[in-house]
Amino acid sequence: MSTETIAAIATGMTNSGIGIVRISGKESFQIIDRIYRSKKSTKKLSEAASHTVHYGYICDGDQVIDEVMVLILKYPNTYTMEDTVEIDCHGGTLVLRRVLETVLKYGARPAEPGEFTKRAFLNGRIDLSQAESVIDVINAQNDFALESSLNQLQGSVRKKMKQIRSKILHEIAFIESALDDPEHISIDGYGERLMNLLEPLSMEIKDLILFSENGELLKEGINTVIIGKPNVGKSSLMNALTGKERAIVTEIAGTTRDILEEQINLNGITLNVVDTAGIHDTQDQVERIGVEKARESLTKADLVIYVADSSIPLDENDTKILHLLKEKKTVVLLNKSDLPQMISEKEIYKIMDEKAKNIPIISVSAKEGTGVKELEETIKELFFHGKISYNNEIFITNIRQKAALQQALDSLMMVKKSIEDQMPEDFFSIDLVNACESLGKITGDSVGEDLVNEIFSKFCMGK
Amino acid sequence: MPFVKEEYDICVVGAGHAGCEAALACARLGFQTIMFTVSVESIALMPCNPNIGGTSKGHLVREIDALGGQMGINIDQTFIQSKMLNVSKGPAVHSLRAQADKAEYSRRMRQTLENTEGLTIRQAEVTELMAEDGIIKGVKTFSGASYYSKAVILCTGTYLKSRCLYGDVVNHTGPNGLQSANHLSESLKNYGIELFRFKTGTPARIDKRSVDFSKMQEQKGDERVVPFSFTTDPKEVQIHQESCWLTYTNGTTHEIIRKNLDRSPLYSGVIEGTGPRYCPSIEDKVVKFSDKERHQVFIEPEGLYTNEMYVGGMSSSLPEDVQYQMYRSVAGLENVKIVRNAYAIEYDCINPRQLYPSLEFKTIQGLFSGGQFNGSSGYEEAAAQGLVAGINAAMYVKGKEPLILDRSTSYIGVLIDDLVTKDNREPYRMMTSRAEYRLLLRQDNADLRLSKIGYEIGLISQERYDYVVEKERLIQQEVKRVQQVNIGANAMVQEVLKEHKSTPLKTGTTLAELIRRPELSYEDLAEIDEERPNLPEDVKEQVNINIKYDGYIRRQLKQVKEFKKLEKKKLPEQFDYDQVKSLRIEAKQKLNLYQPVNVGQASRISGVSPADISVLLVYFEQKNRS
Repeated sequence: MSTETIAAIATGMTNSGIGIVRISGKESFQIIDRIYRSKKSTKKLSEAASHTVHYGYICDGDQVIDEVMVLILKYPNTYTMEDTVEIDCHGGTLVLRRVLETVLKYGARPAEPGEFTKRAFLNGRIDLSQAESVIDVINAQNDFALESSLNQLQGSVRKKMKQIRSKILHEIAFIESALDDPEHISIDGYGERLMNLLEPLSMEIKDLILFSENGELLKEGINTVIIGKPNVGKSSLMNALTGKERAIVTEIAGTTRDILEEQINLNGITLNVVDTAGIHDTQDQVERIGVEKARESLTKADLVIYVADSSIPLDENDTKILHLLKEKKTVVLLNKSDLPQMISEKEIYKIMDEKAKNIPIISVSAKEGTGVKELEETIKELFFHGKISYNNEIFITNIRQKAALQQALDSLMMVKKSIEDQMPEDFFSIDLVNACESLGKITGDSVGEDLVNEIFSKFCMGK
Repeated sequence: MPFVKEEYDICVVGAGHAGCEAALACARLGFQTIMFTVSVESIALMPCNPNIGGTSKGHLVREIDALGGQMGINIDQTFIQSKMLNVSKGPAVHSLRAQADKAEYSRRMRQTLENTEGLTIRQAEVTELMAEDGIIKGVKTFSGASYYSKAVILCTGTYLKSRCLYGDVVNHTGPNGLQSANHLSESLKNYGIELFRFKTGTPARIDKRSVDFSKMQEQKGDERVVPFSFTTDPKEVQIHQESCWLTYTNGTTHEIIRKNLDRSPLYSGVIEGTGPRYCPSIEDKVVKFSDKERHQVFIEPEGLYTNEMYVGGMSSSLPEDVQYQMYRSVAGLENVKIVRNAYAIEYDCINPRQLYPSLEFKTIQGLFSGGQFNGSSGYEEAAAQGLVAGINAAMYVKGKEPLILDRSTSYIGVLIDDLVTKDNREPYRMMTSRAEYRLLLRQDNADLRLSKIGYEIGLISQERYDYVVEKERLIQQEVKRVQQVNIGANAMVQEVLKEHKSTPLKTGTTLAELIRRPELSYEDLAEIDEERPNLPEDVKEQVNINIKYDGYIRRQLKQVKEFKKLEKKKLPEQFDYDQVKSLRIEAKQKLNLYQPVNVGQASRISGVSPADISVLLVYFEQKNRS
């Protein structure tokens, strides 16, 4: 029913290292032709027979992204009853992302939540009894992906996007008011002025795209600080959390943050873990720096996991740290539950005073791996009321936002071309509006009324 | 018992620009039509600015004409100056505007109405609607007379419970001191129709003899006038034209206004109605744009046989004495004599979301409405709605599908869709920025876009339609040819390019490629195009535009294709959206309130999200299959 070609990662974002990028719609084969290379043949996949598998590489220009198997599925014998391509990737989560991004770059748009299933249904593929569940998929995913996508943005990024959008809107309003009231508002020589504005605007959008590539656009995951004195078992706890089945996803030396950070995937929840080793040291000055550092990372933290060694009594340092924690979402871990216990829950509550009464305290043994499950459950409860779709949605949102930014940038390039081609001014606003619409997909605004308001509030028109 | 009881097919209430088009359309389509007006002298009155057209409004007039309406023909016969605006811009925003001889405009329209078969004109105030079980039965007048009909079209303009204000003077009249209609509002409320209170304003009219034109800049009409109507022979509109005059307000003017703001009913709170932002009073302009040192003032003739002139740009509701001071502070108006004061007017109109895009009321079958009554402003916006309401009342009586113009077909479509779908809280004015596909909705191709519809409805003659079909064929044929004509880099070609300051060719190219250069046009390249057929001017114009802006046009066509998909998905009438469990609560409420006719319209209602639209699609697909 739709002419637009959509793409998404069809498998969940687990860390299995294997995943499928699915493309559906009229241009599926044209898109795969643009990005698929094979060592053996130069044959185009669009000419391949239906339901055949092809070994090769996904490339963005000269750059190889991943070694893949591509499945060609021709209309109508496909899930969506549209031309479909499935790219079987092997290179892990990050590569999977990049394959999807490449597909989007070469002509597809990110699929909406449940869109493959929606198309399958609307094209008559899925039977009626499943309609309700189709609606459920759309709804459940929508709640998160659409309504909170703006909230997921970093505060500064959101501000920047709004700024860029309102600058563009202002220019459109100027053009439109001049077109609407040519006897009052002159637009002579405007092309040159607009050209000068396009450069910085494009740069700002490019910056945001770079941000998104580094995963810095979104508050991705939960900023978590694990804090505690040395030797309380933080490292072994980390190991327990990042054990075999919970691989470390990335290790980013933060460019904007000056603390080394690790990302841990805890059954679908991403924790950005900040290591605060060194909070307690014998030398005063180092201790001061350590505490300051801890304090700083605490202000940024969404979650604080305080680890104490329950086999030795609390001391002054513990008290100091516990006082820092009061206002935060905190979980207290009493590690080494396998050894004789020297700390009681009561003592902790006493130090943290009345307000902290409902802070969860969990006994764990990093060594024996007990209590880790309980920690996971507690975090889920704290942040998602038991829902764990967070990670997938965050990723999808990020992809969508990057695509929208890219579209906005492309539109600005079109404006530039219109100016260079000496088109009349009304043509500039066509693509400026498109740029604005693209940014609006992220900020959740539509151009129509905003533009009319901008025209009337900024430009004096009329009889 | 009232003794007068008459029967008609269709009653039209009001004889302004909406009422005239509505009544003409109904009568021309063969229905016995009666048109009511509080004053026969006020038929097709232009109570505000003395011009027809302007940016985006000119588009509306062209479209009205292509559908078989009267406005374009009428202004072609009565204009005294004409200008194509925005000619240095792209073709999408070229807009025709003509100064009218107001009295003549009104007289000619009245004459047309009077001589239309099946059309009765009746001077009477309609005070009541008659409807039973949600179906319209007719109207009653102040005298108690009943007029039964199958359809009724309300085009009451600014007359409902209207009052005119300046300073502390309040006149309970319609525009120009005409009788207002004080009873119909109650009847509408009794039928559960929601009313808004809007306001607008007009500047003073002054005596030409008291104006010093030597202090103003003359504004002449175009040397070659383009007619509004596709049926008007361009030769007939090359007439002697009157001039308008440009002057400016200044610091003194603004000072006078600021000092007396407290005496304006707008600022003292006497006026309750919502005014239009695009047509601000001079008080508003001075307050809102306080950094502007001066504002333009256009002095425009009201007609050939009157000395009255319109002071464009200075509408006001300040007291009479302040008006004198303010106008007299403007260069050239030092000794001005006011003939009629500026005033603001307040009136009742409806919340237009109560209408279907056919302009029929959702709750009363057979009741239609158009014009300022629907919350719009402007003569052209009114006429456009009047025409559509008239056509659809006729379709309703015939038992045929209504005419619904979507946003990709016309400005009329955009206008009506905006009115019935968006939350309108001020008088609505057309603007080119409101049309998302404006490159396709040009004033130059209105005939190509809409003549077929006008023909199928029955308002465009076979002959006129045949002409458009042939025109279309010629355009397509020539565009195809131009794309295939190869141009070599020979001396003659280079010479022509040089003449037009265009870069010489390095290798051969097509004629189309050359036309796309900003400094060249189809016409410019006639010399090097040996096989060129002899084509009419209007065909050449279309060929040039189609080739020159090909890339942009194709992109918009693609967008339209996408847009049409949701427009084609019809939604049931009077549907209870609470049944669709998965919709969000806000979406359910809005959908129940607006009752959109198709999924496309639903998607434009604020508060309905893309996910809600997906839900609707799946829900109705499910319903269709079971």
